[in-house]
Amino acid sequence: MAMTAVWLKIDEETVVQALQHAGGRLGSVEDEVVLDFSSVRRIDPSALRVMEQFVGIADDKNVTIVLRGVSVDIYKVLKLVKLAPRFVFSN
Amino acid sequence: MGTSDSVQERMQVPRVEECLSEERIAHLEGLVSQARTAAVVLTQFTQEDVDRIVKSMVLAGLGQSQHLARLAVEETKLGVMEDKVIKNMVATEFVYNYIKDKRTVGIIREFPERNLVEMAEPIGVIFAITPITNPTSTVLFKCIMAIKTRNALIFSPHPGAWRCSSEAVKIMYEAALKHGAPEGVFSCLDSHTLQDNAYLMRHKDVGLIDATGGPGAVKAAYSSGKPALGVGPGNTPVYLEKTADLNTAVVDIIVSKTFDNGTICASEQTVVIDDEIYDLVLEKFAELGAHICNEQETELLAGTVIDPLTARMQPTAVGQKATDIARLVGLSVKPNTKLLIAQVYGVGREYPLSVEKLFPVLSVYRAKSIDEALRVCVDVNHAGGLGHTAVVFSRNDEVIRKFSEIMNAGRIIVNSPGSVGAVGGVYNDLVPTFSFGCGTGGGNSTTDNVNIYHYLNIKRVARRTQAHMWFRVPNQIYFNMNAVENVRQFPSYSTIIVTNPALEHLGYVDLVRRYIPEGTHVHVSVIPDAEPEVSTVTQGVEALNFYKADQIIALGGGSVIDAAKIMKLKYESPGADLEELATPFLDLRKRVIQYPTERITRVRLIAISTTSGTGSEVTPFAVLTNKERGSKVTLADYSLSPDVAIVDPQFVMSMPRGLTADTGIDCLTHALEAGVSSYASAYTDANAMQAIRLVFKYLPLAYQHPRDEEARCMMHNAACIAAMAFSNASVGVNHALAHAFGARFGVAHGRANALMLPHVVAYNAAVPTKFLPSPYQKGYVAHKKYATVADLLGLGGHSIEEKVQNLVAATEKLLDQLDFPRSIADLGISLEEFTRAMPDLTKLAFDDPSWLSNPRMPLMSELAELFWKAYQGRGMAVVAYASRQQTV
Repeated sequence: MAMTAVWLKIDEETVVQALQHAGGRLGSVEDEVVLDFSSVRRIDPSALRVMEQFVGIADDKNVTIVLRGVSVDIYKVLKLVKLAPRFVFSN
Repeated sequence: MGTSDSVQERMQVPRVEECLSEERIAHLEGLVSQARTAAVVLTQFTQEDVDRIVKSMVLAGLGQSQHLARLAVEETKLGVMEDKVIKNMVATEFVYNYIKDKRTVGIIREFPERNLVEMAEPIGVIFAITPITNPTSTVLFKCIMAIKTRNALIFSPHPGAWRCSSEAVKIMYEAALKHGAPEGVFSCLDSHTLQDNAYLMRHKDVGLIDATGGPGAVKAAYSSGKPALGVGPGNTPVYLEKTADLNTAVVDIIVSKTFDNGTICASEQTVVIDDEIYDLVLEKFAELGAHICNEQETELLAGTVIDPLTARMQPTAVGQKATDIARLVGLSVKPNTKLLIAQVYGVGREYPLSVEKLFPVLSVYRAKSIDEALRVCVDVNHAGGLGHTAVVFSRNDEVIRKFSEIMNAGRIIVNSPGSVGAVGGVYNDLVPTFSFGCGTGGGNSTTDNVNIYHYLNIKRVARRTQAHMWFRVPNQIYFNMNAVENVRQFPSYSTIIVTNPALEHLGYVDLVRRYIPEGTHVHVSVIPDAEPEVSTVTQGVEALNFYKADQIIALGGGSVIDAAKIMKLKYESPGADLEELATPFLDLRKRVIQYPTERITRVRLIAISTTSGTGSEVTPFAVLTNKERGSKVTLADYSLSPDVAIVDPQFVMSMPRGLTADTGIDCLTHALEAGVSSYASAYTDANAMQAIRLVFKYLPLAYQHPRDEEARCMMHNAACIAAMAFSNASVGVNHALAHAFGARFGVAHGRANALMLPHVVAYNAAVPTKFLPSPYQKGYVAHKKYATVADLLGLGGHSIEEKVQNLVAATEKLLDQLDFPRSIADLGISLEEFTRAMPDLTKLAFDDPSWLSNPRMPLMSELAELFWKAYQGRGMAVVAYASRQQTV
């Protein structure tokens, strides 16, 4: 069976909205969601909350979340909040 | 600032173990979770971000300082509103002034001369306990520190000050949030229970506990198993010494002790006054508004403000005005009385007023002498004030020094008020703070004024430093035929020639005498031809003293020159302890025992070598035997190096063939070991390589044709050049093995070296089982250096492995040409005897310091293996590479 994936570019100004939008699509057919973080330099508490919810939904639906272009600063943030293991990181 | 136990007890909720409800746990978890998220988000903030937020918080705190002070006094009924305003301003303005230019993000400090950089790493979530005595200023202070260091705070205010403390948190939080701080960065428990505190103190996501309060809170913090900053109560002694400026001292004490009604724990508690000024001082106190209690009043006062059961202050008195306390006691005082002063005659339970009193009651003690005064101050210090604060008023620097020496206090305040002085930044340059670390004396982890650096994990980035190296040899070396003529250029009043009988017999002494300037008193000291002994040196020094020598000419091989070096040392520095000076060391520059630099006289040492091997004429080493003790010590220091070296081949032209071979191979071993030593440098390499080249070319010639002047000359130079290399790069495992083997079986040093040499080259060329730390080398290079030697000798080979194998073969061939026994077995040592000796041999070799500079760290088993290879001899020195990937 072919694997389907969706690629979403995340904008720093609208991280929360973009993630909410992506979360809404998780119910459809994708096996993998690629979130492009290459233009995000910083994330705030609300974005972290949404990411936590997002991975929760993804886990339920057995969807892999790939974060692309994550800066090491944001990687460290995800590590500190223990979210890092729940993503696949790609350059 | 700490709060007294009794205040804590008054305000503390009952100490009843209660289980937290699920709802409560969920609430606490929520607080920690949001704080953790905020702290994580803060890790992305730049220095500019945090400085911007901090400034806004400081301005908000300053703007609300009066409001918060009023709230604090209304709620706690402690202290003075006007003083609390000042505290709030110090906590914002003064703290800001201290931190505003400090870096707390990224690189915070650099030490270029040490190649060190310090970088900041936030802690994360800090759980902060705040006291009743300084309920708002402490909150302002901690919030500012937290943002400056990118941390989140959860506050647990004292229950008696919850409203004002939580208001301070709110003000700080709103200001921070408005200027970009993440939500949840500050929070405050909505009520205070010990169970909440215990839960949060042990929470896995809380990184640090910052407990400012009574001993109970501090102890709980330290007992939690978490890193903690716990700062507690004090009992500040003051020494008012007779040379002090009394007007200043009295005003300062009143300022301090009445500030916020004495609630700062650094405030003065007992003033010890010199007898000569005691009455005058009390008069001045009285003039400025203090009430001096008589004995009856003192008794009443003590009975009222100190709990007779606990010997601690009564909570009802804490932070109250002097007039209110007087009313409580039933004393009749003037309406403007600022301070109540009571005389005490000692310190301890029987003198109730000698304890900490966080209210405007001051005890005074009349001291008959400085000693008595200092003793009483020590007593006060040890009666609850260890590690906290002590104050001295004096113009006598010696008194101030002595006082500071005997007090165990994180802050010694000199000629200024204790409380405001300890806070820092007002009367002195101490770091502004509202938490006084009391060190281990107070059960705390620091004696500092707690500050931003305590809210940081500081990472030290240590770059590799280029280790300083050296190349030290005598600054005058004369070489080639007839170099001895140069002796004439050294004027001397009295010269002693040290030599051995054989050399005297050969007429070498007369040869040297010929070139000693006329008018010089020359004396000859003939010593045995053996390793120098203590008695030989002692006799030599006696002769030097008797003849008042100003020059020694050492004419001989290693033994004679070594003896002369030690004679010079003992002659110039008679107190030098040779056994002590022989203490082993790892790094010359860090050695524990230093050679004497003070000398009662100076003597020039000219070394004329008569063998071509040891190179003792330029080395900083000397070996001394103590027959009585049956011990041998090796001395090593550049001060032992001769002042002048003369390398004249005419003195070796008649050297026997056997000695030529032995000393020649000793020279080669020096050069090969220095070449691959972990202390090798470009300077020593140049010498080592040249010496190796000369040995391979000229040693067989000198051996076969002893009268070959060129060969003798070049070998004599080679020995000196190799010695210059190993004087600075040291030797290696070959020498360790040879020393052990030579000592155990009485085999000459050069011969013992020869038996080990091919095996050691093969051993060092292989990838080590264990690397030896060496800051002087980059990577493992021994095999490459051997390959370079092979190239230098034109031995051929394409790979490093081939080249090293060719070097081993060339060494074997050289040994054959010199007719050396090619194995230990060839010496007639039986297998049984050698097997029996093996444990001692390996131990001796391992104890020998020579291998410390070997490129490869020898394991005991490897030393044994090398001995066995040497026992079996030829064919065993196979370059057994563990890796074939080595490239040139």
